[in-house]
Amino acid sequence: MQDFTRRTLLQGGTALAATGMLTGPALFDFAKAWAQSAPWKAEPGAKLTVMRWKRFVPAEDDAFNAMVAAFKTATGTEMNVFSESFEDVQPKASVAANTGSGLDLAWGLHTLPQLFPTKVLKMNDVADYLGKKYGGWTDAAAKTCKLGDDWLGIPVATNGGYMTYRKSALDKAGFKEFPKDFPGFLEMCKALKANNTPAGFALGHASGDGNSWLHWVLWGHGAYTVDQNDKIIINSPETAKALEYCKALYDSFIPGTPSWNDSSNNKAYLAGELYCTANGISIYVAAKTDASKKELAEDTYHALWPVGPVGKPTELQLALPILAFNFTKYPNAAKAFVAFMLEKENYEKWLDGAQGYLTQTLNAYESAPIWTADPKNYVFSQASKRTLPASGIGTVGEKAATAIADFIVVDMFANYCTGAKDTKGAMAEAERQLKRIYR
Amino acid sequence: MSEDSAWTQLKHNRNWLGFWFMVPAMAFLIFFLAYPLGLGIWLSFTDTRIGRVGHFIATENYEWLWDDSIFWLSVFNTLLYTFVASALKFAIGLYLALLLNENMPFKAMLRAMVLIPFIVPTVLSALAFWWIFDSQFSIISWSLKHLGLINQNINFLGDTTWARICVIFANIWRGVPFVAITLLAGLQTVSPSLYEAATLDGATRWQNFRYITYPLLTPIIAVVMTFSVLFTFTDFQLIWAMTRGGPVNATHLMATLSYQRAIIAGQLGEGAAISSAMIPFLLAAIMVSWFGLQRRKWQQGESND
Repeated sequence: MQDFTRRTLLQGGTALAATGMLTGPALFDFAKAWAQSAPWKAEPGAKLTVMRWKRFVPAEDDAFNAMVAAFKTATGTEMNVFSESFEDVQPKASVAANTGSGLDLAWGLHTLPQLFPTKVLKMNDVADYLGKKYGGWTDAAAKTCKLGDDWLGIPVATNGGYMTYRKSALDKAGFKEFPKDFPGFLEMCKALKANNTPAGFALGHASGDGNSWLHWVLWGHGAYTVDQNDKIIINSPETAKALEYCKALYDSFIPGTPSWNDSSNNKAYLAGELYCTANGISIYVAAKTDASKKELAEDTYHALWPVGPVGKPTELQLALPILAFNFTKYPNAAKAFVAFMLEKENYEKWLDGAQGYLTQTLNAYESAPIWTADPKNYVFSQASKRTLPASGIGTVGEKAATAIADFIVVDMFANYCTGAKDTKGAMAEAERQLKRIYR
Repeated sequence: MSEDSAWTQLKHNRNWLGFWFMVPAMAFLIFFLAYPLGLGIWLSFTDTRIGRVGHFIATENYEWLWDDSIFWLSVFNTLLYTFVASALKFAIGLYLALLLNENMPFKAMLRAMVLIPFIVPTVLSALAFWWIFDSQFSIISWSLKHLGLINQNINFLGDTTWARICVIFANIWRGVPFVAITLLAGLQTVSPSLYEAATLDGATRWQNFRYITYPLLTPIIAVVMTFSVLFTFTDFQLIWAMTRGGPVNATHLMATLSYQRAIIAGQLGEGAAISSAMIPFLLAAIMVSWFGLQRRKWQQGESND
């Protein structure tokens, strides 16, 4: 756990200044002024324990820590922040929810607040305050956190995952630009393989990467797990077409993708074994910040996900909502902290520190400097607007969250692509698993 | 005449004293063993989700599991994993124990070395095996390619058969020291005079093992294999760190599936049902190894008729 002090922040001032972060006295002055006029006054002696996912981009962590330190100084709230790997955030939040202790705030993945709607603090006032001030929330962000009219959490950001590819490999394969539709994308993957510069996408239990691209394939063919009324519709001709398409893609991939977790494609790409994958901007950032990978960084470009036969974007981007538990002793401090995080003076600088890894969920931040600082960043600014909620066209809720967490769609595609099951068998198993969840 | 005080009774009545000495152990067993087990079984009959009190749904969770191909795949994987790993751990452990029981140079150092896999934290060794068997960066594939024996990487953790072999291998590596050292301790208790007498009677080395070592080692084997089977059957860390149950659930054990359903996906009731479904298998394993191997006649040195 990290205890934040003014000294901590000042020590980190150099790193923050390098990213253009509001540092030192200016940040504290802003925080103090904000605390005096904010709708939520932290309870005297408030102490917040915050769990978040472990940072992938160090400068983002620095920016986050600076915010935390400033909030602590301005409101007198003790802040204990600790990080967990992507996979461990949800189990630990679940344990806290179940025991009713241990955490005040949890910043997690997908539709985390929907997993335990009765255990979270309603954030309607915070969402209303921020939405009105910053041009409203994107549709998917709102759906991710809302249950009926209640906000179960605040959609802090979206971790945009987009096509990351080596331009030299595409050029060699005869593609002047990244394909914009499914047939073109398949042709490109085949051509990349023929040149021994393969693409590869996770077919294992990778919470972020696996779920993202396979839902994109599914939805791109007009297939969904459930319809608007949560009726299970996975067993459909559209799903069968999605399976066929995915198998054709899989045959062109680098071997080993059924074993991949969320870090596997990063490693393979940075090692020069992989030439096209879908990922957050972390691959590019890692290459940029490593002097030995200068050429790789220069050769790396990003592209939007190609559009499927349905003719519109069907992306599943990784939502990053924060929630406060309703058993916190300091609900006002918790709300104040969440609102403080998303104020312009903090948020744009924070996005800057994240270098494109985080994408805004409030429309006003579309013009944040990070998106024009490097032309290769731009596509990631689209993530929150182009994504569907994790439930697709179904109801966002604990059942949809369970289906994602249980890798129903990932397993269906993996079963078919690896030959473990035929089309009917793969769809039938997914249908059976969905019936179990939606019963 | 007034009754004795509790303190006086404690001082003079051995039964009372014995009872109070037993209380901490009973409390420990009830709160840390019986209560969690009972709670788990109760949860399996409810639709409890993370953070939400469930309702009693009788055997519905079990009925769904009965018709769940992934659950049955996890049962198959668990049995395969347990059977193959335990058998090989026993064979290798016994061989090592017999070897280390002989007089040889650097005996103490060799015995210490055998313990190394047991000392390394499980998660660290699992991460090491994850790297060793990585589909892209395996040191094995790299070496074989550089030796010109293969043209492309072996898809260790991406192929269902290979993945099963890899996790079983990792489990064997980790579990052999426990078996070897425990059996070695058992071998040390066998009196050398028995071997001397048998040798004078013209017994061969095999006959020494078959009629002296093995019968006298049987009680230890029963204990060590009971624990080995239990540890293997309930293994979680190795699988979770190496494969998360993949590829396509080919290495999902009942323990990992239970964790995925209960904690990751939030369905505590269903996860508890999977965990509870392990109990009959565990009981059967205990019965087989305990009653099958530890026969009274053997302990008493009688013939095995």
